[in-house]
Amino acid sequence: MTDTTVNPQALPAGLVLAPQLPEILRPVTIRRGFIGFLRGHPTVAIGGALLLALVLIAIFAPYLWTVDPTALAPAKRTRAPSADFWFGTDVLGRDIYSRVLFGARVSLTVGLSVAIFASVAGLAIGMVSGFIRWADGILMRFMDGLMSIPPILLAIALMALTRGSVGNVILAITVAEIPRVSRLVRSVVLSLREQPYVDAAVACGTRTPMIILRHILPNTLAPMLVQATYICASAMITEAILSFIGAGTPPTIPSWGNIMAEGRALWQVKPYIVFFPAAFLSVTVLAVNLLGDGLRDALDPRMAKRL
Amino acid sequence: MSPPLLQVNDLKKHFPVKSGLFGRKSEFVYAVDGVSFEIARGETLSLVGESGCGKSTVGRAILRLFDITAGQVILDGQRIDDAHPGTMRQMRRRVQVVFQDPFSSLNPRMRVRDILAEPIRNFGLAKSAEDLEVRVTSLMDTVRLPREALNRRPHEFSGGQRQRIGIARALAAEPELIVCDEAVSALDVSVKAQIVNLLQDLQSEFGLALLFISHDLAIVEHMTHRVAVMYLGKIVEIAPRREIFAAPRHPYTRALLSAVPLPEPGAQRNPIILKGDVPSPINPPKGCRFHTRCPLVFDRCRVEEPVLRATGTEQWVACHLEDGAVATSG
Repeated sequence: MTDTTVNPQALPAGLVLAPQLPEILRPVTIRRGFIGFLRGHPTVAIGGALLLALVLIAIFAPYLWTVDPTALAPAKRTRAPSADFWFGTDVLGRDIYSRVLFGARVSLTVGLSVAIFASVAGLAIGMVSGFIRWADGILMRFMDGLMSIPPILLAIALMALTRGSVGNVILAITVAEIPRVSRLVRSVVLSLREQPYVDAAVACGTRTPMIILRHILPNTLAPMLVQATYICASAMITEAILSFIGAGTPPTIPSWGNIMAEGRALWQVKPYIVFFPAAFLSVTVLAVNLLGDGLRDALDPRMAKRL
Repeated sequence: MSPPLLQVNDLKKHFPVKSGLFGRKSEFVYAVDGVSFEIARGETLSLVGESGCGKSTVGRAILRLFDITAGQVILDGQRIDDAHPGTMRQMRRRVQVVFQDPFSSLNPRMRVRDILAEPIRNFGLAKSAEDLEVRVTSLMDTVRLPREALNRRPHEFSGGQRQRIGIARALAAEPELIVCDEAVSALDVSVKAQIVNLLQDLQSEFGLALLFISHDLAIVEHMTHRVAVMYLGKIVEIAPRREIFAAPRHPYTRALLSAVPLPEPGAQRNPIILKGDVPSPINPPKGCRFHTRCPLVFDRCRVEEPVLRATGTEQWVACHLEDGAVATSG
């Protein structure tokens, strides 16, 4: 925008001054710091806040007016939500509010652990196949093989081989998620290797390990982080599915999946047993996905907000 | 007479084309197919030719960004095309590169300070942290960028400024030869002139040799000592600047030069319009590679490949028309 003003009298005959255009672009304000980043990316802020709230709920579950989530009370079976039992009680008289809050621990632990383990393993495999050409064919065909099995089925099969425990659930889902991450990392590495700054680094005498560490790895982290949030969300859903069909978390540990499984038979007469864990699962997955979408937009300038 | 700084002997680079289910290597792209030239200390040799003629591949082969198929690259009397990694690392210091795209040739996550320090650290050129700082700041002075810019990241700079950072990185290694791979092609005309002048100043200041890979003949005429014209992986003519621009011998060189716009309104040059497209480097024509498009083609061109023949004191042309008694003339 220039501030030049043209005197209409100075214009040659037959020419008219163009009317002032309306301001369609808001003036750019430079926001700084963490708060500024969140204000610029409300999706990240909302998703992050929801997720933070759920993490706090999971950590402080024992102090949030809960009772022992496994305590049986045969006299108080299938009570509707009330002042005593906020979310009601299940067929064995256990307090659903307490069970749902403690169940958040399982879901979040599984989601975060799978996201971390699958990212680290996928990063390693993707780096190797992106850099070592002969290993690429072997590793990628193996990953193709794993990918041809639906992740849920693979996880069920792996769970069938082991005892039901949270650790085994994490392991089974991680194995199922690794191929997707390693494919992503491989493709990013292959495109980064062709970047002129990598060639320039080679010409500058930088050794291969340093090239990976300094030039390749930092530039793969942004897409990795976004992918990790999606993995976290899908791992939580997979965990719930496994627990629902009885192949996941053992029934002694409350998880949203097995609470729903236990309420399944009664859902037409006592819908609240299924409703509360399902609502928590949906909100958690939504929070993680919002965070992932927001991060994708924030970290990739090509996906920047459109008008 | 001392040996030339860089000698390239019959350089060949054939890229395999993967095809078939299991990636069998059945065909090759003959990107560079027998190229020889020399560069003296402090000299600028320009490598010109249209897109895909293999000029960048020559540059990358000299930098040893890949292993070559055949031939020799000799730096200061020492072969570098088959040098061991350890020796190669030391030789790398002497040949540096400036790339075309100022946006992708700098790592977006590194500060300018770290970008410039990388070659200095790699080659152990700085004796201490203070020495490193002195070197890095003086590099910024050399390429005429403000010292405060050291703590910024590449995205905060314009294209021309980024290209200066790229040049500073190349200079940081104290090289004797810089390969400028289309180093000014992506810049605006005014910025282009600034960068070309900077390169020329640096050349006289440090006695640098430049391999200037370009398709911009106007810039080449402005700054080069000698010119090598490439077509489909081969050099068709190599000569000092004056000979190339005043008296080009090869029909391809003539066609190329006739396409350069004249900086005068109304001036006409009668461009020689070549027919057809450049043949595929996967299956280059037999005989002279230019015979499919040459306006002066005759029978011998289709069967026999011309060699580079000396036609003047320093001019070599690969064309049968230069072989003594030939009827036609351009």
